Amino acid sequence: MAKVIGEIVVDIERCKGCEVCIAACPVNAIGMSNEVNSKGYHYMQAINDKCTGCTNCAIVCPDGVITVYRVKI
Amino acid sequence: MEENIKKDNIRKEENIVYKKTKLMTDKVLSYCPGCGHGTIHRIIMEVVDEMGIQSETLGIAPVGCAVLAYEFMDIDMQEAAHGRAPAMATAMKRLMPEKYVFSYQGDGDLAAIGTAETIHACNRGENITMIFVNNGIYGMTGGQMAPTTLPGMKSSTSPYGRDIVTMGNPLKITELIAQLPGTYFVTRQAVHTPANVRKTKKAIRKAFENQKLKKGLSFVEVVSNCNSGWKMAPVQSNEWMVENMFPFYPLGDIKIEGELVK
Repeated sequence: MAKVIGEIVVDIERCKGCEVCIAACPVNAIGMSNEVNSKGYHYMQAINDKCTGCTNCAIVCPDGVITVYRVKI
Repeated sequence: MEENIKKDNIRKEENIVYKKTKLMTDKVLSYCPGCGHGTIHRIIMEVVDEMGIQSETLGIAPVGCAVLAYEFMDIDMQEAAHGRAPAMATAMKRLMPEKYVFSYQGDGDLAAIGTAETIHACNRGENITMIFVNNGIYGMTGGQMAPTTLPGMKSSTSPYGRDIVTMGNPLKITELIAQLPGTYFVTRQAVHTPANVRKTKKAIRKAFENQKLKKGLSFVEVVSNCNSGWKMAPVQSNEWMVENMFPFYPLGDIKIEGELVK
């Protein structure tokens, strides 16, 4: 079976830390950062390698901060 | 080290499966964290992008939280007086019938001060698309009670909950305008989960495509959250919306191709 690897890139400065993406992730691959951006929001980030590139987080993100990459290997 | 090389290999232009559409400007959205407005803006722009009608689309920004919508959408937009977006959309569509015209309004704009314009534009059956964002509260001015506020729901002007004896019943404007002969497509959607976002996008695409048919007005209501107005965290407000808003404002199509379906 072909394995799919996903990768997300977050626009940290635009993220407002609403955590809607975390509720939408089916594989629990994202979490909040302990650090904050220049506006004082904790931003979201990938916390493990489980991402499958399903784009759910990017689709629900109100601020459109997530870019999703996906490769088959 | 090997891990880093692998990640660099993934982060290539050809591997992108989702990216914010170019029709959304790079300005940081003025909405609260978790607000559905940002998602709705983005999916409208994705529809415009996919249909390739950026130069032929005219939008109308409302008064309310989305008053700066023209700052975020990279299309031609015009600001309307409070509640008067359907009247302005009528004029724009009649003067430029080949353009795609949509109005974007909140519940205070569309269902309170602009009720007359909304009902008459729908009844005349103008060939426009109306996007209605319903969060049951006046978000921008500080969480006052709106016509769409649920019975018993607390707001800054109904601190003990909306009492329907003294404050009246909530207004289901979408069901109301679905009864009018001028509307062609009326639906109610939400944007709190990925599946709902996809459905809403489909509905908005249909609403834009209907403008070519010249059969009447397309109306898309999006039930959204207002976590600041409801005094909740974003995820919690989405759960509250599912439990309380959806029983009163059920999701789904109300009118398809001019026929009532529920």
